[in-house]
Amino acid sequence: MTAPAIANAALDDATEVVTYTAQEPVRATRDSRPLRLITCGSVDDGKSTLIGRLLWDTKAVKEDQAATLQRDSNGKQNDLGLPDFALLLDGLQAEREQGITIDVAYRYFSTDKRSFIVADTPGHEQYTRNMATGASTADLAVLLVDARVGLLEQTRRHATIATLMGIRQFVLAVNKIDLTNYDRSRFEQISHEFRELALSLGVRQVTAIPVSALKGENVVYDGRASMPWYDGPTLIEVLELATTRSAQTVGFRLPVQRVSRPGESFRGYQGTVAGGSVKPGDSVVILPSGMVANVTKIVTFDLVRNAAVAGDAITLVLDRQVDVSRGDVIAAIDSQPMTGLAFDAQLVALQPEGIQPGKRYWLKSGSRRQRVQVQPASQLDLKTGKWNHADELPMNAIGKVHLIFDEQAIFDAYEQNRTTGAFILIDPDTNNTVAGGMITAKRAALGGIHAEESRVILSLPADLADQLMATELFAGRREDVEVRRVTAGKAAEIIDTIDG
Amino acid sequence: MPHNHPETELHNPQSTKPPLDPHLKALENEAIHIFREVAAEFERPVMLYSIGKDSSVLLHLARKAFYPGRVPFPLLHVDTGWKFREMIAFRDEIVEKYDLDLVVHTNPRGAAENVTPFSHGSALYTDIMKTEALRQALDAGQYDAAFGGARRDEEASRAKERIYSFRTPDHRWDPRNQRPELWNIYNGMIRKGESVRAFPLSNWTEVDIWRYIQAEEIPIVPLYFAKKRPIVERDGMMILAEDPRLELLPGEVKREEVIRFRTLGCFPLTGAIRSGATTLDDIISELETATVSERQGRAIDRDQSGSMEKKKREGYF
Ligand SMILES: Nc1nc2c(ncn2[C@@H]2O[C@H](COP(=O)(O)OP(=O)(O)OP(=O)(O)O)[C@@H](O)[C@H]2O)c(=O)[nH]1
Ligand SMILES: [Mg+2]
Repeated sequence: MTAPAIANAALDDATEVVTYTAQEPVRATRDSRPLRLITCGSVDDGKSTLIGRLLWDTKAVKEDQAATLQRDSNGKQNDLGLPDFALLLDGLQAEREQGITIDVAYRYFSTDKRSFIVADTPGHEQYTRNMATGASTADLAVLLVDARVGLLEQTRRHATIATLMGIRQFVLAVNKIDLTNYDRSRFEQISHEFRELALSLGVRQVTAIPVSALKGENVVYDGRASMPWYDGPTLIEVLELATTRSAQTVGFRLPVQRVSRPGESFRGYQGTVAGGSVKPGDSVVILPSGMVANVTKIVTFDLVRNAAVAGDAITLVLDRQVDVSRGDVIAAIDSQPMTGLAFDAQLVALQPEGIQPGKRYWLKSGSRRQRVQVQPASQLDLKTGKWNHADELPMNAIGKVHLIFDEQAIFDAYEQNRTTGAFILIDPDTNNTVAGGMITAKRAALGGIHAEESRVILSLPADLADQLMATELFAGRREDVEVRRVTAGKAAEIIDTIDG
Repeated sequence: MPHNHPETELHNPQSTKPPLDPHLKALENEAIHIFREVAAEFERPVMLYSIGKDSSVLLHLARKAFYPGRVPFPLLHVDTGWKFREMIAFRDEIVEKYDLDLVVHTNPRGAAENVTPFSHGSALYTDIMKTEALRQALDAGQYDAAFGGARRDEEASRAKERIYSFRTPDHRWDPRNQRPELWNIYNGMIRKGESVRAFPLSNWTEVDIWRYIQAEEIPIVPLYFAKKRPIVERDGMMILAEDPRLELLPGEVKREEVIRFRTLGCFPLTGAIRSGATTLDDIISELETATVSERQGRAIDRDQSGSMEKKKREGYF
């Protein structure tokens, strides 16, 4: 095993506080994509202070900015006489007046080993939408908890949203540890509580660190002097070794942004590869039309390329005249995305109006925008972790919904592809973005063309249903099946309402 | 390059450049994606072109995004009349060389009321000749989307701005109420009169800009490179003293120094730095050890914390 692999294996272990020392440089700063991370957690837990401290200790704050910080901190200095590091992030006047973060701040810094893009998100519940904005593109989340207070509902909300959006690496920063007299048992109790939450969310990569953001302990410099009992990594050490999200492995996807026709002899389809790879000679299908063609060329400004991979912005030329327009998806013929009129999704409601049943929204995914009707099905109860039935979703709710389209929609499951599985909802009355969503599955078009086919409704004990669904026969026709998990009482009630 | 390409000509024969490193490649891909998205979704986009290094990179990315087609929107230069001479010469050369459409706008109040940086002070001058002029030009062109080269690492309020930054019909930005912006799915839905400012370089840092200029061999205004130039010292800044309209104040003396500029704007408001950096390599290594930020040389940014936010709320880029 190479050194970084050992460290990552250690990170994988969710049951122990990870222990390792700084490794040799993993890679030089510019040899890889930067790590994208967010800070999240409840209001006032010290997120902005932590990032401010991180910038300060990695020398990302220049002299003139430091002078401005000193001037702005004046009078508001804390007991320790340190500047208010949060002011490096909280750049809006309203934020400074209220002493809270309102919107995400993006900052850039690097160490000798790698570069980072950090999004400092607001803890205040009212601004959950801005936290979701930061989380959607992150590889890793630093979740802060005030050591004196422990996990709050908002901490759980942020952890859940981050996980839904595909973040699988967490650092739990148990902050303000200085205010607990560096209480080890407090740290261990909170770490334990969070690990349980993380496991219930399916997250196994958790590193817990006792931190004083304000004093800079275990951020960039270790806090051994105050916490001899902690021998784990500092925050920066964990960040340097974290992994960026690898390009997903599903087939080739190109959501078409524009058709380029500079002259009679050239017709190219422009977009960013959203999965897989492509090379001249590949057979592709154009969706939703289903027409088939072969790739003749991949054109970029510099040269005609012999391959393109996920993330590349390209212009694709096909071997025949086919009808392709903005919003279409060009995909690998042997590994196509799902197309259909009905899908299941999870979403976060971002605006005060919430998500109303039956209302027609605009849905945008990739370059495709279409009308959709949203039927809420259930809402996550953050206290119990249970999904409860819901007819509508209020602001900040995390919900499961059914999406019903007028025209064919094209998706992958978000788990498989973070680009073709993600969407936003836009309220046609306000033009505002009201939800961010993740596709979970395609729904059988039960109410559509197959409405007259005969069907059987079974009510089974959960364990038996699980066994049946695990069979190959069942899995092979999963798309034709609708499953709801309910209580025995509810099942009896539903069956009773059906005559026949 | 001609617009019609016989198939054999698609390969760019001069290109001997090594491939971009993954970091710059990712930034380039993101910027191209944003360019294409805006061009497809809006009816009348325009690109703000300020002639500086960020604009040069922005223009290069626009050309890449739409290749082999032409850049499908005009460039807009808000000319205060007080730009460095070399900037204007460079602008005209580039427009010619790359076959671009250029719109130049100057606030007529400048001439009518004789608004200069000397007579009105930097704040009021900027307000009239830049912010107000920009609003006039955007209204006149009925542009519904305007690309800008702003980067989030420039300043604390910029760090908060979305890639699609929504503006009211009177060009105002409401930083407290920005639309959520998830993944790379941009919401470009607006009503008539409203507009969006789009920032393809949001996630670039100053060093990224320079490294990209080097890797892609992008032409820039020579003022970025060190040379012996005439200067006077004023308000703690070294100002270029070549324009006859710059009158020396009592006690000021003109002298020659080896200097360069880290940012370019209006010459009376832009301070030079002492530097011997004559190549891109020099500039990059100077930057990597720099102890002050790039905005430091700009008079208009120094008024107070929050001054940029205030200007932006009023429609400044
Ligand atoms: N003693 C002590 N105080 C801290 C520490 N970290 C943060 N604080 C203080 O806690 C307060 C809140 O810090 P912020 O960084 O603004 O908190 P935040 O999590 O960013 O808050 P929101 O963004 O509004 O959710 C400030 O007064 C900080 O100085 C710490 O480690 N020790
Ligand atoms: Mg904060």
